[in-house]
Amino acid sequence: MAAMIEVSQLTKRYGRATAVDDLTFTVRPGVVTGFLGPNGAGKSTTMRLMLGLDRPTAGEVRVAGQPYERLNRPLHTVGALLDGRSVHPGRSAHNHLRYLARSNGIGRSRVQEVIELTGLTTAAKRRAGKFSLGMAQRLGLAAALLGDPAVLILDEPVNGLDPEGVRWIRDLLKGLAGQGRTVLVSSHLMSEAAKTADHLIVIGRGRLLADTATVDFVGGAESLEDAFLRLTADAVEYRGQL
Amino acid sequence: MNLLAAEWIKVRSVRSTLWTLLATIGLAVGLSAFVAANFRANIERVQNFDPIVTSLYGLTLAQLALVVFGVLTVGSEYASGSIRPTLAAVPRRGRFYAAKTAVIGLVALAVSAPSVLAAFVVGQHALGPYAVAAGDPDTVPALLGATAYLPLICLFAAGVATMVRSSAIALGVLVPVLFLGSQGLGNVPGLRPVLQYLPDQAGMELMRIAGGPDSRFGPAYGPGVALVILVGWTVAALVGGFLVLRRRDA
Ligand SMILES: Nc1ncnc2c1ncn2[C@@H]1O[C@H](COP(=O)(O)OP(=O)(O)OP(=O)(O)O)[C@@H](O)[C@H]1O
Ligand SMILES: [Mg+2]
Repeated sequence: MAAMIEVSQLTKRYGRATAVDDLTFTVRPGVVTGFLGPNGAGKSTTMRLMLGLDRPTAGEVRVAGQPYERLNRPLHTVGALLDGRSVHPGRSAHNHLRYLARSNGIGRSRVQEVIELTGLTTAAKRRAGKFSLGMAQRLGLAAALLGDPAVLILDEPVNGLDPEGVRWIRDLLKGLAGQGRTVLVSSHLMSEAAKTADHLIVIGRGRLLADTATVDFVGGAESLEDAFLRLTADAVEYRGQL
Repeated sequence: MNLLAAEWIKVRSVRSTLWTLLATIGLAVGLSAFVAANFRANIERVQNFDPIVTSLYGLTLAQLALVVFGVLTVGSEYASGSIRPTLAAVPRRGRFYAAKTAVIGLVALAVSAPSVLAAFVVGQHALGPYAVAAGDPDTVPALLGATAYLPLICLFAAGVATMVRSSAIALGVLVPVLFLGSQGLGNVPGLRPVLQYLPDQAGMELMRIAGGPDSRFGPAYGPGVALVILVGWTVAALVGGFLVLRRRDA
């Protein structure tokens, strides 16, 4: 299952604002790739472009060798978590997963499996609108795992998870990559990225800043956080004051 | 088949949409019975009494519930953001849209047919001695017209909701068009020539509620033209929705 994500000369503008600016990189199978960048750097936008949700202004993305829109039953190839809250608040977690599964010809037993895998068993019949952030994230992960995909695209998956959940995701992602899958994970938690990611893609203001192995990225710096802050110092758009 | 089944799961797994369907039946039957019973009690004072029209009167309000169903089924996807996981699972937007509108249309039809029939039967019963004569040639066309109208107006609403990508905006457009516009302004002589082509006016004619070309309140066309006008509106709204869905970022 050597399925890569190939981003080439990808640009996305919203009106006059450029969210993604001529990005080119490849996400490889077999390792966890961390996707880092300051707020507004364009990580989520890049992920939406990968999934064919937003249309690029220029350039293209290929997933498993094809534009996403061409994938037949894409959940079998690509699983994505963009925002766990993107669920009808009146629908149960179980039914949310059921319709996604059904649209891709995935059976009920797999729905039950991902519910158990993500620890949602006792909450599955409850309305998703009442879920806590961490539960919503688990539901989003369950959806991403439905089709047992070769490629995973996860936008801040540990956001809102408890320490147990954070460790669980870390082990899960490493395990999935170990099976030869392609795993792209965005995060703002540098310590977490240092523990989980083998490879890093760093962007700022929509542009590629780094595409290297994590060990090389940190290099002589004290920590991944220090290396990151140094690299992105000029690319931070939203900065708080002390 | 999978896509139709998936959209069907969506429809039946949200209580608020199911309520709109129940409300459709309830309003159709309840209001028709109420109006029929009132007409019967005050029959000497009723002008232009028509037993078929009387027993279908509830449909004028029931259509609103079905319009809300069409709007919510689409609009809630945008409000909740579930349109994104949906389109990630079904990236061919034309197929997704075809399945969604097919399920909306089929559900609307499945609710409309019994609603119309029940409204008619209950209404006629309430009219008692003033019920329409058995075998009246206008009965079947009016019932068929009503059964066609309701799903069409529901699909029209779904198309509009897809165009504007919001339940609130869609209802903000539809409710005035479907009610205030033609019910109120439709009787203003200067506006009639134009407003009579609005979808609900065509629907009134289709259900024979308007009374036909010979009546003072009816439009200047018959039920055949009314059906063409309605289908035209519905197709236009659905195509408009598709163009927006295909072009816009999700
Ligand atoms: N739909 C949209 N319309 C207009 N501008 C948008 C839209 N989506 C994103 N943007 C803009 O594009 C830029 C990149 O946003 P994006 O959400 O991709 O950043 P991000 O790296 O995911 O940030 P964060 O770390 O805060 O999640 C931002 O300036 C944002 O305001
Ligand atoms: Mg983001």
